[in-house]
Amino acid sequence: MKTALVILSIFISLSTQAQVKISGKMTDNKNRPLAGASVVIKDSYDGATTDSLGNYSFVTTEKGAKVLEATLIGYSSYQKNISIDTKDIVININVKELISELSAVVITAGAFEASDKKKTTVLTPIDIVTTASAEGDITGALKTLPGTQQVGETGGLFVRGGSAAESKIYIDGNLVNNFFYSSLPGIASRGRFNPFLFKGTIFSSGGYSALYGQALSSALILESTDLPERTEASLGVSVIGVGGGIQKLAKNKKASWGLTYNYSNLALAFAVIKQKQDYYTNPVFHEGDANFRIKTKGGMIKYYGYWSASDLGYRVNDIDSAQLRDAFSLNNLNTYQNLTWRENLGKGWKFNGGLSFSTNKDDISNELQDAANQKVVITNPIGYALKNFAVLSKSYYAQARVVLEKRLKGLNMIRFGSDYFHSNEKSIYTAFDSSKYTTIVKDNLNAIFGEADFYVSNDIAVKLGSRLEHSQQMNKWNIAPRVSLAYKFRDKSQASFAYGIFYQNPETRYQPALPSIGYAKATHYILQYQKTSNVRTFRTEVFYKDYNNLFKTGLDAFGREVATDNNGKGYAKGVEFFWRDKKTLKNVDYWISYSFLDTKRDYLNFPMSMEPNFVAKHTASLVVKKFVMPWKTGFNASYNFATGRPYYLIRYDNVLGENVIQDGGRTINYNNLGFSLNYLPNLGKKNKKTFVVYVLSVSNVLGQKQVFNYNYASMSNRKEAIGPTSRRFVFIGAFFSFGVDRTQDAINNNL
Amino acid sequence: MLIAAYISVKAQSERFVNAMKSNIAAMDSSFRNPPSLLTLANSFERIGNAEKNQWLPFYYAAFCQVNYSFMETDKSKIDVLADKAAELIAKADSLMPNNSEISCVKSMIASSRMMVNPMQRYMEYGPVSEKCLADAITQDPTNPRPHYLKGQGLKYTPEAFGGGCKTAIVEFQKAMDKYTVFKPASEIAPDWGKEITEKLIAECK
Repeated sequence: MKTALVILSIFISLSTQAQVKISGKMTDNKNRPLAGASVVIKDSYDGATTDSLGNYSFVTTEKGAKVLEATLIGYSSYQKNISIDTKDIVININVKELISELSAVVITAGAFEASDKKKTTVLTPIDIVTTASAEGDITGALKTLPGTQQVGETGGLFVRGGSAAESKIYIDGNLVNNFFYSSLPGIASRGRFNPFLFKGTIFSSGGYSALYGQALSSALILESTDLPERTEASLGVSVIGVGGGIQKLAKNKKASWGLTYNYSNLALAFAVIKQKQDYYTNPVFHEGDANFRIKTKGGMIKYYGYWSASDLGYRVNDIDSAQLRDAFSLNNLNTYQNLTWRENLGKGWKFNGGLSFSTNKDDISNELQDAANQKVVITNPIGYALKNFAVLSKSYYAQARVVLEKRLKGLNMIRFGSDYFHSNEKSIYTAFDSSKYTTIVKDNLNAIFGEADFYVSNDIAVKLGSRLEHSQQMNKWNIAPRVSLAYKFRDKSQASFAYGIFYQNPETRYQPALPSIGYAKATHYILQYQKTSNVRTFRTEVFYKDYNNLFKTGLDAFGREVATDNNGKGYAKGVEFFWRDKKTLKNVDYWISYSFLDTKRDYLNFPMSMEPNFVAKHTASLVVKKFVMPWKTGFNASYNFATGRPYYLIRYDNVLGENVIQDGGRTINYNNLGFSLNYLPNLGKKNKKTFVVYVLSVSNVLGQKQVFNYNYASMSNRKEAIGPTSRRFVFIGAFFSFGVDRTQDAINNNL
Repeated sequence: MLIAAYISVKAQSERFVNAMKSNIAAMDSSFRNPPSLLTLANSFERIGNAEKNQWLPFYYAAFCQVNYSFMETDKSKIDVLADKAAELIAKADSLMPNNSEISCVKSMIASSRMMVNPMQRYMEYGPVSEKCLADAITQDPTNPRPHYLKGQGLKYTPEAFGGGCKTAIVEFQKAMDKYTVFKPASEIAPDWGKEITEKLIAECK
C-alpha cells in the first residue's frame, strides 16, 4: 500500500512540474478576431475557448507529438501537429469562413419572397390570407407591396408600369394561363386558387430568373405544399357559398391525396349588398380540385388538378342611350392539370420535371335590350350594331418542362433546362347579322435556358443566366441575358443589382399579327438595398425599364385590332420603399410600402408616347395586424392609396388618317380602407381536433368614392365613371378543419 | 507492473471524475454569465472527445449549450446553437440510449427552436418537446426534471392556450415530491433543478 501511494505521489508531482502554456489568437481570413471557438489538444482534456478578442490560453501536462485542433461553427476546422516539451508555445490560428446557406448573402433585387422557412422571406402564407384588402386573394395581398398598381376595373397584376399581360404566374414551374377568372368589363377578377395551396411565393417585380420568360414585367412564382401534416377534412361556409374537402395522408406518411369542392352563389350577397349591375343570372361557380403527392426515394411526385364551371349575366344601362340596356352574359369552363416530379439524383444532381395541361372555354354574349328586356337589333349607326355580339372562345394549352440542377463547391450551382409550350386558341365572333368570324391562333414555343450561381464568399454572390426562345408563330428566335449580383455589408445589410432582357409575343387578342412582327422587348435595370432582422425589414429599390419593339396595332380587313409592327417604345422608372416592423408596437405587425412610378409608352393605338391608364404616379399601402391573445382574435386593417390615373378617349380620325386623343383627364385619388377580423376559438386547446376560424371582412369601410377609370360612349364623348361594383363588400365566413389522424391524439392523450 | 497499471487506470478515472466535478461546480455560477456557459460546454466536450465512451460529458455539454441558446437575444443565431446542442446530445444518446436525462435535454432543444418564432413554430416543435418529456417520464419515473420542464413550459404559455400558473404548479409540485426522494446515480450524475422549482412554486403562489 505504501509503495503504491509513493508511486502515485511521484506521478502526481511529475505531472504538476511539467505544465506548458499554449496560447495565441484566432482570426478569420479577413483578420477579424473569432470568439467562442474551441481550441483543444486532440484526445486530451486540455484546451480553452477563445475570448471576445479571439485570444486563448491554457496549460497542459501532455507531452510529445500532439495535434492542436480549433473548431468554430461556420468556419473551416484547423489542425496542426505540435511537439510539446518544456517551452511555452504560441500558435496563432487563421481559418476561413465557410460559405453556408445561413450566412450567405441572397440575391434579392426585384424579388419579394413569401414562404415560411427562407431567410429573405418578407411575407408568409398566413400574411397573405390575413391581409384585409386582399380578401383571401394572393394577388390582392401582393397589391400592398411596392411595385404593384391598384387597378380595380379589371383582373390581373399590373407591375411597374406594365399591363396585366406583362405579368405571368407559375405554379411549381409550370405556367398558369388562366390564373384569374375571366375578366368582365369594369369588374376586377381574382385568382382562382386558394392561397393555402401554396407554401412559397416569390413575387418578382422585375429582373426575374432565366428559368422563366415571355413576361415583359414580372413573374409570380408559386410553390405548392408537399405532404400535409395529417389527414384532415375541411368545411367552409360563407356569404358567397359552401365548400368542403378532404386531405388524406397515408399511414406510412409517404403519400397523400385530396379532393375539394366549392359551390359559390352570389345571390344572397347581392340581395344584401346592392350592385351597380343588375344581375339576371346571379353568379354561380362550381369548382373542384384534386391532388395527390407521392414521396419517392429522393423526391416527390405531385399532381394538382382543378376544374371550374361558372355562369353569370347582368344588365347595365347602355352608355350611348338613355332607353337601352346592355345584357352581358358569361359562361366559363376551365380546367388545369399540373404534374411535377422532383428527384435528388445523387452526387449533387437534382431533377425537376413538369407537365401541365389546361383548357378554357368562354361563352360570352352582349345583347342590346330595351326597357322591357327585349332584344333590340340596330343596324345603323354601326356603333349600336356592334353592341349585339357573341364570342365563343376555346383554348388549349400544354407545357412540358425539365430543369436539371447540379450543386458544385459550397453553394455554387448550375441549372439548365428546357420548356415547350403549345397553345391553341380559337375564337368565333358572331356579329349582329349572325355572320361568324373565326380566328385561330396557335403556337409552339421552345426555350432552353441556363443559369449559374457563384458565391465568391459569404458576402458576394453572382447569378448569370441566359434564355433562348423560338416561337413558331413569330418564326423568330430570341436570346436574353439575365445577370444579378448581391453584396453583404459588415452590418449584415445587403445591396443587390439585377439586369435582364425580357421578350414577349403579342397578346392573343391582337393576333393573327402581320408576319413581319418580332418580339416586344423590355430591358430592366434594378438596384436594391435592404436591411432585415428577425423583426424588422427595410427595403428600397430603384429601377429603370426600357421598352423597345412594343406592338403597335391597326385594324385588319374585318375591323379587328391586330398587331401591325414593332415601332412602339416606352420607359418606366421609379423608386420604391418597404418597411415592416413586428416589434416596436406590442403585438402589432405592420408594414408600409410606397412606390413612385414615372412611365410613358407608345404602343397599341396610342397616337404618341403617353402615360397608360393603368398607372398612378404615387401608390402607398399601410397594413396593420394585431392579434389579441385573450380574445383569440386577429384584427387586420389595410389602407391603400394611389394618386389619380389618366384616362383617354382615343378615336381614329378619318381626316388626319390616324388615332387622336379626343378627350381625357385624370381620375380622383384612390383611397380604400379595408378591415377584417379572424376569430380562432379553439386556438391552443390541447385536445380539440377541430380547427375553426371565423372571418369577417369589409372593403371600403369609410365608403369613400372610388373611380378607377372612365368608359366612353362609342358615339359621343359622353363618359361614365368605372368604380367598384358596390360601395362596400362585406364577407362573412366560417372555416373548419377536422383532423382524423390518431398519432396526434396519442401524443395529446399521454400528457 | 500490475500495480502501476491499476494505479494509472484509477488515476485516469479519478482525473475524469475530478474534471467533471469541477466543471459541474462551475455550472451554477455560469448561468449568471452566459458566455461562460459556452466555455463550459467546450470544456465538457473536450472531456467527452478524450474519453470517447462516457455519455455524461456530452450530456452536460449539450445542457450548457442549450441553456446558452435560451439566453441568446439575437433570434437569428438560435438555430445554429440548437444544432450544436443537438449534435452533442446525439453523441450522448449513442453511448447511453433511452436515458431519461438525455430525453429532457432533447425536449429543451426543441423548446429552444420554438422560441425563435413561437406563433409559427409551435405546430412543428411543440409536439416534439412534449413527446421527449413523455419519454423521459417513461424512461425513469423517479426523475423530477421532466416535471419541472413541463411546469416551466406551462408557466410561460399564455392562459388562453391552457397555460399559466394554475396548470404549471401541479407539475412543479410533482417535481418537488420527486426531488425530495431522488438519488442521483453517482456524484457526477445530473442533479439540477430543485432550487429553481422551489423558486417558481413561490412565484406561482
